[in-house]
Amino acid sequence: MSSAVQFWEQGSDLERPLLEIKDLAINFRTSHGDVNAVRNAHLTIMPGETVAIVGESGSGKSTTALAAIGLLPTNGRVAGGQILFDGEDISNASEKRMIELRGSHIGMVPQDPMSNLNPVWKIGFQVRETLKANGLPSGPDDVAEVLSQAGLPDAARRAKQYPHEFSGGMRQRALIAIGLSCQPRLLIADEPTSALDVTVQRQILDHLDTMTTELGTAVLLITHDLGLAAERADKVVVMYRGQVVEAGPSLELLRNPRHPYTQRLVSSAPSLASRRIQVAKEQGVESTDLLAPTEPVVVEEALPEDVLKVEDLTKVFKLRGALGRSTDFTAVDNVSFSVKRGTTTAIVGESGSGKSTVAQMVLNLLAPTSGKIVFDGVDTSTLNSRQLFAFRRRVQPIFQDPYGSLDPMYNIFRTIEEPLRTHKVGNKASREKKVRELLDQVALPQSAMQRYPNELSGGQRQRVAIARALALDPEVIICDEAVSALDVLVQAQVLNLLADLQSNLGLTYLFITHDLAVVRQIADHVCVMEKGKLVETGSTDDVFDSPRQDYTKALLNAIPGAHLMLPPEVATA
Amino acid sequence: MATYILKRFLQLIPVFLGATLLVYFLVFSLPGDPIVALFGDKPVNEAVAAQLRAQYHLDQPFWIQYLLYLKGIFTFDLGQDFSGRPIAAVLGEVFPVTARLAVMALIFEAVFGIIFGLIAGLRKGKFFDATVLIASLIVIGIPIFVLGFLLQFTIGVQLGWAKPTVSSAATVQDLILPAIVLGLGSFAYVLRLTRTSVIENMNADYVRTATAKGLSRFRVVRVHILRNSLIPVITFLGADLGALMGGAIVTEGIFNVPGVGNRLYRAVTQGEGPTVVSIVTVLVLIYVVSNLLVDLLYAWLDPRIRYDA
Repeated sequence: MSSAVQFWEQGSDLERPLLEIKDLAINFRTSHGDVNAVRNAHLTIMPGETVAIVGESGSGKSTTALAAIGLLPTNGRVAGGQILFDGEDISNASEKRMIELRGSHIGMVPQDPMSNLNPVWKIGFQVRETLKANGLPSGPDDVAEVLSQAGLPDAARRAKQYPHEFSGGMRQRALIAIGLSCQPRLLIADEPTSALDVTVQRQILDHLDTMTTELGTAVLLITHDLGLAAERADKVVVMYRGQVVEAGPSLELLRNPRHPYTQRLVSSAPSLASRRIQVAKEQGVESTDLLAPTEPVVVEEALPEDVLKVEDLTKVFKLRGALGRSTDFTAVDNVSFSVKRGTTTAIVGESGSGKSTVAQMVLNLLAPTSGKIVFDGVDTSTLNSRQLFAFRRRVQPIFQDPYGSLDPMYNIFRTIEEPLRTHKVGNKASREKKVRELLDQVALPQSAMQRYPNELSGGQRQRVAIARALALDPEVIICDEAVSALDVLVQAQVLNLLADLQSNLGLTYLFITHDLAVVRQIADHVCVMEKGKLVETGSTDDVFDSPRQDYTKALLNAIPGAHLMLPPEVATA
Repeated sequence: MATYILKRFLQLIPVFLGATLLVYFLVFSLPGDPIVALFGDKPVNEAVAAQLRAQYHLDQPFWIQYLLYLKGIFTFDLGQDFSGRPIAAVLGEVFPVTARLAVMALIFEAVFGIIFGLIAGLRKGKFFDATVLIASLIVIGIPIFVLGFLLQFTIGVQLGWAKPTVSSAATVQDLILPAIVLGLGSFAYVLRLTRTSVIENMNADYVRTATAKGLSRFRVVRVHILRNSLIPVITFLGADLGALMGGAIVTEGIFNVPGVGNRLYRAVTQGEGPTVVSIVTVLVLIYVVSNLLVDLLYAWLDPRIRYDA
C-alpha cells in the first residue's frame, strides 16, 4: 500500500490535487460502542480526473465518499485524518461551509434512482431548487436546459412530470442533471448505474463521461464492479474491510493485482471470458478456477426430454388510459421455447422485455392471454386446484430480492420448514432433519436456524431462499434475477452453489436475468427477449460467440469491461 | 376523477339507509315505554298517552314507524321531538356548536401535534423528544373525563384563565378549554404519528440527495421532510374530524356545551327515536363525507395516488 501512496504523490507535483484524503478514519456509534468503518484511507484526485473506489458492500467505499461531501449518517463521524478539498480541510467543516460547497463545488449522483427523487415533487421542481440554492438562474428554460444536457428528451414537458412517471434510466438522467447542474468541480457518483439495465447503464455512463469531460469535472466513482471501474476510471482504489488495500492506474492494477483480495476480485469478475461453471467442473478443474476460460465440453444429456414447453405464449395487459379508455399492452408476444430436464435455460432481456412476465406465467401465478405452458406433458392451465398444489411442489421460485422475499418475522428454521408444513410432509422430527440437511446443502451453519433474516447478509439470505425452494425436492427452479442483488464475489459463490446443486440433484433451472455475464456462467441455452418478443435462442456458446441479432450484440457490448481482454493467467492467479 | 367522486357519493345512499335502519331499530328495542317515562312520577293518563303514541306513531309496528320516518325525511319533515319542537330546528341549533368545537379541537391538535412531532422527530433521542414522548403517553393513558375535570378545575376554577363552563351562545372564547380537552387525545396521537413519519423520512435517500444538492437545512426540512411526513398525518386528521364530532359527548357533558352530544344523550335516555336517528344519521354522513375529502386530499398530497372510476 505504501508504494501506492507514493504513486499518488508523484502525480501531484505539477498541480494541486482537487481532493486528497489522508489517513482517513471514520467511526460509527452503535449500541455496542464505536465501530471502525474506515481506517487509513488514502486517495488523491487531480482536477478533471476520474478515480474509482472498488469494493464489496461493507468495504467502506460509500462511507469514504459520503465523508467527502459531509453526508455521513448521523451516527458516523470522521475520527482521524484529513479530507482536503482544493487544499481546504473539510473533514470537520461547519454545516454552513458544507452547504456552500455542496451542489456548486461537490456534486453527487446517488445509487438508486428509484428512491433518490422525492416522489411528491415534480422533476422540474427538484432541479429548480438545486439551481436556486446555488444562486444560478432557475427559470423553466434553465431547468429544461439542464435536463436536456443530461440526455432527457423532451425536457420541457418532462420537467412537469413526477418521478413515478419516469423509467429508472430517465430518473438516473434527472439525478445526473441535478448532480451536474451547478457545474461542480468534483462529482461523487455512488454506484450510479448499478440499479439499471446493462444497455441503459452503458448509455448513462457514456453520457456522464461526455458531460464530465466537457465540464472538466473530476469524478469519484464508487462501484463494486471491477470491470466497470477499469473501463471508466483513470485510477482504481480497492477497498476491503475499511482499508485501502491497493491503488494504481486501472489497467495496470487489473493486469497485475498484488493484494490477494484484488486477485480474488479480478478472478471472479464476470466477463465474457467466463465459461459455464458446470462444464469446467466436469473437466476436473479446481473450484477456485471455475470462472477461468476453458474449452467448452459438450455434455450429452441422459434424459433429453423437455420438462417444460412453452408454446406461442402471449400476455396482453389492459392499460388504463384517461377517461376510462384502455389500451392493450402486449407484454409477452408469441413466445415459444422448451427446457430440457437437468439443464439451465436463461431468459435474458432488459426491464420491460417481458422476461419476468414469462416467469410468472410459467409459475402459474399469472394466466396467459393465449398459448400454453406444458409441464411434464400436462398443460398447466388445465390443472384443478389439487393438481395445481402438486404442481407448485415440483416447480419452485427463487426471487431477486433476498430482503423482500423472506418474512422478517420468521426465523430461518420456520422459513425453510414452511413449505414442508404447507404440503404436510413428514412429522415434526423429520421436518427438522430435512431443514438441517437443506442448510448443509446450501452451506449454511445449522446455528442459522434460530436466526432472523435481518441478522444475515445478502448472500446468506439468498442461500436461505434457495434452501426454501429446495425443501420440497422440486424438479424445476425458476430463478427470477436470483443473483442480481448480490455483490460480485457472493454472486460467484451462489452461482457455484446452484451449479453444484444442479449436478447433484438433477435440477432444471429457468434463469431470468438481465446480466449476460451471469448467463455465460450458468446457462446451457439462452433465450433473448426484446419488447415481449423472443429475438434469439440458441446454445449459450453460439449466442455469445456469434450473436445473430443486433439487439443481442448491443447487450453483449454493454457488459462493463467486456472489451478489456485479460490474459488468462491473470484470472487464474 | 369526477366519476370517482360521483361513485363515492352514490355510496352514501346505502350507507344512509343502513345507518338509519340500524339506529332506528336500536332505539325501538330500548326497554321501557318512552311515553310513560314522560309522565315522570305522575299517574299516567291513558287517553293522553294514547294520543301521544299516535302522534309519534309509537302505536305502529317497527316497519311502519321506520317507513313513516323515511317518508318524513324525503318531504323535509323530520318530525318533532318530545317537547314539540321540529327536529330540523334542533339539529340546526346543536350542530353548529359542535362543529365549532370539533374544528377548534382539530386546529389545536393539528398545529401543536405537527410542530411538537416535527421537533421531536428531528431531535430523536434527545431531551425534548423523550419529554414529549412521555407526556404524550400520559395524555393517551388518562381517560378524557379525568383530564377534562382536571383542566376545568385547575385552569377554569383555580387559575381563572378560561371559563369553566360554556354559555348558551357557545362562543369561540367559551369553547377554547373544551376544544383543548377534546383534542388532547388526538393531539398526542398526531404528535407520535408525525414524529415517526419524520424519523422515517429523515433517513430517506431523497433527503440525503436534497442535502447533497446544497439546499439549506431549513429547506430540506420544510420541503422534503415535513411535506412527505404530513401525508399519513393529514389522513388521520381528516378521519378524526368525524370522530371528534361524535366523540364530543363526554366533553360536552363536562363543560355543559349545548351541542350534539348533550342533545343526543338526552334523546337516547328519553327514547326519542326520530331525534336520535336524525342526529346519528347526520353524524354518519359527516363521517363519510370527511373520509371522501381525506381521500381526495391524499391524492393531492401524493401524486402517485390516482383514483380510477
